[in-house]
Amino acid sequence: MAGKIKIAVVGGGLAGLAATMKIAEAGYEVDLLSVVPVKRSHSVCAQGGINGAVNTKGEGDSPAKHFDDTVYGGDFLANQPPVQKMCEMAPSIIYLFDRMGVPFSRTKEGLLDFRRFGGTLHHRTAFAGASTGQQLLYALDEQVRRFETDGKVNKFEGWEMLSLVLDDHQVCRGLIAMNLQTLELKEFSADAVIMATGGPGLIFGKSTNSMVCTGSAVSACYQQGAKYANGEFIQVHPTSIPGEDKLRLMSESARGEGGRVWVPRNTDDKRNPKDIPETERQYFLEEKYPAYGNLVPRDIATREIFQVCIEGHGVGGENQVYLDLTHIPAETLDRKLGAILEIYEMFVGDDPRHVPMRIFPGVHYSMGGLWVDFEQRTNIPGLFAAGECDYSIHGANRLGANSLVSCVYGGFVAAPNAIDYAKNVERKNTETNGVHATELRRQQEINLQIIKNKGSENQYKLHEEMGKWMTDNVTVVRYNDRLKATDEKLLELQDRFKRISINDSNLWATQAVPHARQLKNMLELARVITLGALQRDESRGAHYKPDFPNRDDERFLKTTIAEWSAEEPILSYEAVDIGLIEPRKRDYSKGGKKEGKQPQETLRLAEQAAASGLPVKEGADQIREGGYDQKPENLSGAKIWSQEKGELIDPETEAETRVQQGKDIDAAGGKQTDER
Amino acid sequence: MSEANGHKEKPRLTNPPKTIDFRISRRERLGAQQYTETFEIPYRKNLNVISALMEIRKNPVTKEGKQTTPPVWDMNCLEQVCGICTMVIDGRVRQSCSALVDDLLIGSGGNTITLEPMSKFPNVRDLQVDRTRMFNHLKQVQAWVELDGTHDLGAGPTMTQAVQQERYAYSRCMTCGCCLEACPQYHDDNYIGPQAIAQARYQNMHPTGKSTIDERLNGLMGEDGITNCGNAQNCVQVCPMSIPLTRAIYETNRDITFNALFGWLRK
Ligand SMILES: Cc1cc2nc3c(=O)[nH]c(=O)nc-3n(C[C@H](O)[C@H](O)[C@H](O)COP(=O)(O)OP(=O)(O)OC[C@H]3O[C@@H](n4cnc5c(N)ncnc54)[C@H](O)[C@@H]3O)c2cc1C
Ligand code: SF4
Ligand code: SF4
Ligand code: FES
Repeated sequence: MAGKIKIAVVGGGLAGLAATMKIAEAGYEVDLLSVVPVKRSHSVCAQGGINGAVNTKGEGDSPAKHFDDTVYGGDFLANQPPVQKMCEMAPSIIYLFDRMGVPFSRTKEGLLDFRRFGGTLHHRTAFAGASTGQQLLYALDEQVRRFETDGKVNKFEGWEMLSLVLDDHQVCRGLIAMNLQTLELKEFSADAVIMATGGPGLIFGKSTNSMVCTGSAVSACYQQGAKYANGEFIQVHPTSIPGEDKLRLMSESARGEGGRVWVPRNTDDKRNPKDIPETERQYFLEEKYPAYGNLVPRDIATREIFQVCIEGHGVGGENQVYLDLTHIPAETLDRKLGAILEIYEMFVGDDPRHVPMRIFPGVHYSMGGLWVDFEQRTNIPGLFAAGECDYSIHGANRLGANSLVSCVYGGFVAAPNAIDYAKNVERKNTETNGVHATELRRQQEINLQIIKNKGSENQYKLHEEMGKWMTDNVTVVRYNDRLKATDEKLLELQDRFKRISINDSNLWATQAVPHARQLKNMLELARVITLGALQRDESRGAHYKPDFPNRDDERFLKTTIAEWSAEEPILSYEAVDIGLIEPRKRDYSKGGKKEGKQPQETLRLAEQAAASGLPVKEGADQIREGGYDQKPENLSGAKIWSQEKGELIDPETEAETRVQQGKDIDAAGGKQTDER
Repeated sequence: MSEANGHKEKPRLTNPPKTIDFRISRRERLGAQQYTETFEIPYRKNLNVISALMEIRKNPVTKEGKQTTPPVWDMNCLEQVCGICTMVIDGRVRQSCSALVDDLLIGSGGNTITLEPMSKFPNVRDLQVDRTRMFNHLKQVQAWVELDGTHDLGAGPTMTQAVQQERYAYSRCMTCGCCLEACPQYHDDNYIGPQAIAQARYQNMHPTGKSTIDERLNGLMGEDGITNCGNAQNCVQVCPMSIPLTRAIYETNRDITFNALFGWLRK
């Protein structure tokens, strides 16, 4: 072995840059490939912030609680050990970004400020204005540029990865990529490859994702034998702004800063929203979930908004509800949410400081992705994955602001493991036995085929059709008959794909060839998502079937694994590692979010924390004896919004009101979703 | 932004045309001849330039009925935060994803919208340009904080809200190139330009970043350096992120003067 090792990182979002930085810092050479210049990666879109239990507000927050919130928010579908590791690492990740110069929002004292996000009762989210992802990505971009200047990183921007190079033993030896200007194909041999290519939002046509988020590269790996896990878990963001070209996100921080979701009680109410008195507005989230109010986790918020609209109670009977910030002073809004309000103003034309915004749910995030073990290794030796393109952290549902931290964590774990692997892998004669050339030729032929094809189908129309079917049938509410019909549709589209003809005779910098290739890969992944959903006869996290409204741990507390075959994805199920926190019912409408075996569980957590050498912070206890239901030592920070006038009240009183109101809802016939 | 009393509504297009003409600059490849083609699409509400381009791309036939190649342009975030989709629209450089058709029609009073690539960068094809040089400018000014390492070393330096807010303003630069396109002094990459100066300023303001201020200023003192600025202030006017560019130029000049005067004292 010995000698120089070379690692290829595919994707320059947060995960890819995090991995690249670590590898370069360790002194090894990296080829970094990205479709767009890395500074323009999708991660710039993240607005709300990044989670880490730094506990600056004296709320007794701790990594253990972050861990619990994440696992609970993910409806127990995530393997727990990596989640725990991530939550332990999170505070140091935030500090590192702070040292790299990210202009995080500050307290008066000059310390990092934190805000509260969905799915937690703690102020745990560090943020830089309302464009956190942009600043985090830029900080990594700057560091990687430093290493590039030192010759450690070779950037290949404007190159699209097409496939892996596998040797006869299915070991990854590098990859093939295409230059998007010249359509030149090139082999990148590498001792290890890290995939960090982000999410697959474009499978749903319009989503909140950026236009490079096709999932195409990951689909290519899947078609070459990589396992794809939990594909059916697609998060739909409760609050997006419907647009012609995409769905623009209205960050959850709009709810975090006190935004209230409502519809007129009377659907025919044509009045200007400002003229509708409080009593004639239905704040449906606050009514149903008094403790969390507008901050219920996003899957619940999404379904409630979706439900209200499909029952015909949306504003003006259309698919939209109000997200109202007008009760908050404009300066506060500008300071805390400036960037996202500008987005709304820019793309809709109304000023959300004075007019309630109109929003509707939009496809946002894929919890599913390449299967990885706890060291970010896929099942293909030499292939690693990190970031949104792996499945590991978020289970059945991702909590707000948990993705950025999981991307960086994934990159930080993948990097040393890839180095280790690359140092030890046997290379034999892979350089000379022609596997690279063979794969290059195979990809060349696919290109030629696409260019040669002359049929009557239009690739962009096929894409639209796929998007519409997937959005209508495989998002918020899923029915088995419609899922079956969708799969049939996908098969039909795959067939019609063979008859597309690219409408660009100029192959220089053409977008038609790359798009055709992406479309083919998206169709493959769409089937994984659809069939995974079809087989999972339960409701869990973001996956909701009215015909199977309950979580079924007996049958489905399992990771869905899809493996490619020429006919259809082969699905199997793998047990979830739930050794640290025992699954409990996920119910944000009740008093605490804790029920049942709380004390034992807390004890186990405490032992776990002690054993793992969790740093014990000064101030409030990290783990309270007797569970979280106990009164916190310091109430000053642990305030939550009251559903009344948006004023702050303490959680004790809140819990009681909420339990009472929860009972009222139950008495009034209850709602199915309360049971979940 | 918001006004103290009541809110200002944007003017609305009251009398939309039936169809819109897009006059699009075409170029087959780097170095090839530039020409123009016009595409007609039906008016719809809520169109932006990108959705119009998407519509054209689906079936690229010119207004005269000639089958042609689809126009090529760059896009990614569609939220005006990645900077990739920048082009010259009706003579003004801006992001095409945030250019609403209604606003453009109100602005011009007609039913034609003109799309051209930025003129100061190599034109790859149609509306696509290559801005690699802007990233090289960032290397030249060492626009990063020099770290001891990325291992866990605890929290960063404390910072007042005022400094944080000032830095935040600079941190939003998305390397879109509008400022260079508009700067009368910038052509043939003769001048490093306001983007890089502002990013140098951004790093110089950071308590740790300060320690390498000399290297950064050095990057700005060459032939292509800060002295090229003629203070025309076009850059601030076109910057979509409202980066305080002229302030950065002023303050950096001040730092350079200070360094020239007192630099030897520190040696
Ligand atoms: C609007 C919006 C707001 C969000 N807000 C938050 C938030 O507040 N907090 C939070 O935690 N999360 C948030 N998220 C989620 C989070 O932004 C993403 O999950 C995260 O940025 C993904 O990062 P990544 O590194 O995995 O991939 P990305 O940033 O998507 O990067 C993917 C990279 O892969 C490259 N790539 C793709 N395919 C190929 C290929 N074939 N060949 C070569 N390169 C390729 C791309 O060029 C890009 O560089 C938000 C998401 C959206 C859509
Ligand atoms: S300074 Fe403004 S105009 Fe110039 S590149 Fe940055 S964001 Fe664009
Ligand atoms: S102020 Fe300087 S940098 Fe800005 S446009 Fe004018 S000459 Fe160019
Ligand atoms: S597409 Fe990102 S700025 Fe327009």
